[in-house]
Amino acid sequence: MITKEKRIGKITRVYGNMVAVQIDNVVVQNEVAYIWHRDERLKAEVIRVRANTAELQVFESTTDLCVGDKVEFTNELLCVELGPGLLGQIFDGLQNPLPLLAEQYGFFLKRGAYLTPLAEDVEWEFTPLVKPTDKVRAGDKLGFVPEKIFKHYCLVPFGWQGIYEVIEIVPLGRYNLKTPIARLRDTEGIIKEVYLKQLWPVKIPIRAYQEKLKPTEPLVTKMRLIDSLFPVCRGGTYCIPGPFGAGKTVLQQLTSRHAEVDIVVIAACGERAGEVVETLKTFPKLIDPRTGRPLSDRTVIICNTSSMPVAARESSVYTAVTIAEYYRQMGLHVLLLADSTSRWAQAMREMSGRLEEIPGEEAFPAYLESRIASFYERAGIVRLNDGSIGSVTIGGTVSPAGGNFEEPVTQATLKVVGAFHGLSRERSDARRYPAIDPLISWSKYKAVIPEKYRQRGIEVLRRAYEIAQMMKVVGEEGTSLSDYIEYLKGEFFDFVYLQQNAFDPVDEACPAERQKYTSEFIYEILEAEFLFEDKQNALSFFQKLRQLFRGWNSSVWQSEEFRTIEQQIRNLVEEKRLKKEPHHA
Amino acid sequence: MHRVYTKIVQIAGDVVTVEAENVGYNHIAEITTQRGVSLAQVIRLDGKRVSLQVFAGSRGCSTGDRVRFLGHPMRISASENLLGRIFNGSGAPLDNGPALSENLIEVAGPPVNPVKRVIPNKMIRTGIPMIDVFNSLVESQKLPIFSIAGEPYNELLARIAIQAEVDIIILGGMGLKYDDYLFFRDKLEEEGALSRCIFFVHTASDPTVECLLVPDISLAVAEHFALQGKRVLVLLTDMTNFCDALKEIAITMEQVPSNRGYPGDLYSQLAARYEKAVDFDTAGSITILSVTTMPGDDVTHPVPDNTGYITEGQFYLKNGVIEPFGSLSRLKQQVNGATRPDHRTIMDTMIQLFASYRETLEKQAMGFQMSAWDKKLLRYGKRFEKEMMSLNVNIPLEKALDLCWEILADCFTPEETGIKPSLIEQYWPNRQKKKGQIVV
Repeated sequence: MITKEKRIGKITRVYGNMVAVQIDNVVVQNEVAYIWHRDERLKAEVIRVRANTAELQVFESTTDLCVGDKVEFTNELLCVELGPGLLGQIFDGLQNPLPLLAEQYGFFLKRGAYLTPLAEDVEWEFTPLVKPTDKVRAGDKLGFVPEKIFKHYCLVPFGWQGIYEVIEIVPLGRYNLKTPIARLRDTEGIIKEVYLKQLWPVKIPIRAYQEKLKPTEPLVTKMRLIDSLFPVCRGGTYCIPGPFGAGKTVLQQLTSRHAEVDIVVIAACGERAGEVVETLKTFPKLIDPRTGRPLSDRTVIICNTSSMPVAARESSVYTAVTIAEYYRQMGLHVLLLADSTSRWAQAMREMSGRLEEIPGEEAFPAYLESRIASFYERAGIVRLNDGSIGSVTIGGTVSPAGGNFEEPVTQATLKVVGAFHGLSRERSDARRYPAIDPLISWSKYKAVIPEKYRQRGIEVLRRAYEIAQMMKVVGEEGTSLSDYIEYLKGEFFDFVYLQQNAFDPVDEACPAERQKYTSEFIYEILEAEFLFEDKQNALSFFQKLRQLFRGWNSSVWQSEEFRTIEQQIRNLVEEKRLKKEPHHA
Repeated sequence: MHRVYTKIVQIAGDVVTVEAENVGYNHIAEITTQRGVSLAQVIRLDGKRVSLQVFAGSRGCSTGDRVRFLGHPMRISASENLLGRIFNGSGAPLDNGPALSENLIEVAGPPVNPVKRVIPNKMIRTGIPMIDVFNSLVESQKLPIFSIAGEPYNELLARIAIQAEVDIIILGGMGLKYDDYLFFRDKLEEEGALSRCIFFVHTASDPTVECLLVPDISLAVAEHFALQGKRVLVLLTDMTNFCDALKEIAITMEQVPSNRGYPGDLYSQLAARYEKAVDFDTAGSITILSVTTMPGDDVTHPVPDNTGYITEGQFYLKNGVIEPFGSLSRLKQQVNGATRPDHRTIMDTMIQLFASYRETLEKQAMGFQMSAWDKKLLRYGKRFEKEMMSLNVNIPLEKALDLCWEILADCFTPEETGIKPSLIEQYWPNRQKKKGQIVV
């Protein structure tokens, strides 16, 4: 039994970010403990218990710690605060607000400095939605406050079991996070208070909903290669493995800007600080075309960069997914972008090594696969208690060692995701962005363009690749004209449809409607038969076509310029097209 | 009062274990052996057993040697007095000057709060077209030169250092050959830059483990100056030696190796150093240029591989030139939009065409007939290699861009380049004049 008395232990071993603590009392697996060193108080988590020794991972640097330092156990699992004020915030892996830390401690992250994630004194305009005697259960809406452009619902705490009766609810007015807004009574007659915020342990999924549904509705990222060929669904999962320099992070950044979702949670996990800085400095200035508000208004950033303590890296992905689930509970569509899940896996590996566990492949722990699977399983589209629909979509990047997809993290991830966007060095070296390799990528979801067009596109790419390989052996002169044209068609499709210029204000985001329109036109060209005198002739035709299409892609949708260029392309195509009987459509 | 312990119970590799009490993790100790005094650092505490890595190596250590704990982590003196001085890997003077002890700062300090960083936006001009045009170097960037042994990487490093406009240059040498050390010193002296340089040099003849401190010391000093508003350039050569020292210690400590014997935390260890590169909000900056030699020219080797995931790009030095494929500056987009409107287009077009040229070369090597297009590409590729890639070229960015247009116009028609018509109109060199030269 855990009693109310303080449970104190003493450090016996320090090794990297792991300490062993001797304690003559009860210990809870995964409970949070604090290490006292002089006037510092360092957060740690129990990760293994053996006899009367508990092993803890420390979320801070362990420099200076001594054998004999006091450790206090708390009986709380690692939790996050959920409530209004999360949007637009930048947290570290333990949900410390970084801007506030900077205000108080300056340039550096001071060890042992923890701040409350949500400002407690800020008042929110609360509108009640229930009245006394109403019956409610976990996840039900009690009222809402406006947060940025959303209605932020105040929900019955997710961990409460059974049916509750509303005894009291505050009237319309302004309340802060410390004031109870409702009192509920359970069937046993015990009365509990509800606040605007609640706590939730990060490693446990929130399950306060009716049912989990099958993801079917496409999540438009406005990247043609993804939406048209390897789509993602709301509530689905996808992964982006790729060697360094292939553009994983740029792809994630573009997605976070353009994806058609309500809220984006970015988990910068063990990656470069510079990239996070770019996001957090530019998002407040970028206007979301769909809402007319800054992008930061719909974004939460969880940032544990590579030089920040390793143990907090592991918790950062869980913190992020818990916040994503929280907004899902309000009937919103949330996209979680985790960059990179390999760093998270490496954090597990470091810990496992220190615990001297028997290593699996490449020294990753044996439980790697199940941890990855249970993380991605937290994605999903759900029907909430009141019938509304909310979703969490998870997109994770993977940084495989040596760019080799055979490694354990990539393989474990591929088993559980619904779409695979494999980046390749060859494509990025040739500056073909986004560098998603269409020959290895796949998706189990439905595309925004008709399946017929999609199939034709993939087919022409495969064929062009085969011919290109063949040409390497037999040379251009050994290739038949018809094969050569097929090859050019594949290259054409790649250049004008798959590739997108991230620095062109129009081309960087291609809406679904435009994708449907363009893909139909391209399908026509791919299906058309052309008449060329020789290969040189064919090459220069496709070069011209490509040139025109580039201009077309960067012209504003349905503008004067757009229509002019389209007509030019049609004329060019008609010129060279093999005329057939009119019944050929 | 610092306590002295004499009960050394184990000596294995360069790690000694002593029985002691009240010792802080990562603290520094002095071990007095018959060969002299060496610094050592606590790397594991287990009850009374304290394991220390001995920077001068454990050779000659006896079980009766004295270990004195200093009661704090590694510190280094940081002040103006460091400028123009040369120290060894532990911070002791190598130049017959006095040892410094004022204003001691702790090395390997806490990470920078990301919100106190600014987006890097100042280009560092080097006069090397392969860098300025294709992969611009940016202040506060961390960028390694990937290279095989024998390539002129130290020459390249020195050349960038001299041409870059920075306030202070710090050279951290790890396993540096003595002649290379002399080369750096003489080169910087020749250019009159020595008075703004600080050297922390661990040479190839010093004990391997001693190089472990070099990056931390160099970067701690750099941070000190950057906080005072200085723009600091840190050169680290060669980080592969640093990683090998880490590996040696990890194996001695019986850690489970993850990949080719390297410890599982190699990524975090490297990141802790490289991430010190920063552009402070309202203060100075640290730019890190390092060298990572790739054993067997294998970029998938754990050291270059982990480095590549941390740094903001890499320069790939091969056959004496910066290879356009594989080389990358991730921050170039922050600066190359503001240089000249044609910069980005030229950069992409030139590289795409160069990729086609390489394919053509392969075809040619296999003895295939060259089409008219192939011939154009060959002509283009030759000019590109000679006038752009060679490290002898030293021209400012604008001149280099003009030269790119000239090469394009000499080899291709505008349509063949795939460049947007608006840019063609503005920059394509006078077609009348060049017409005669176009090979059709």
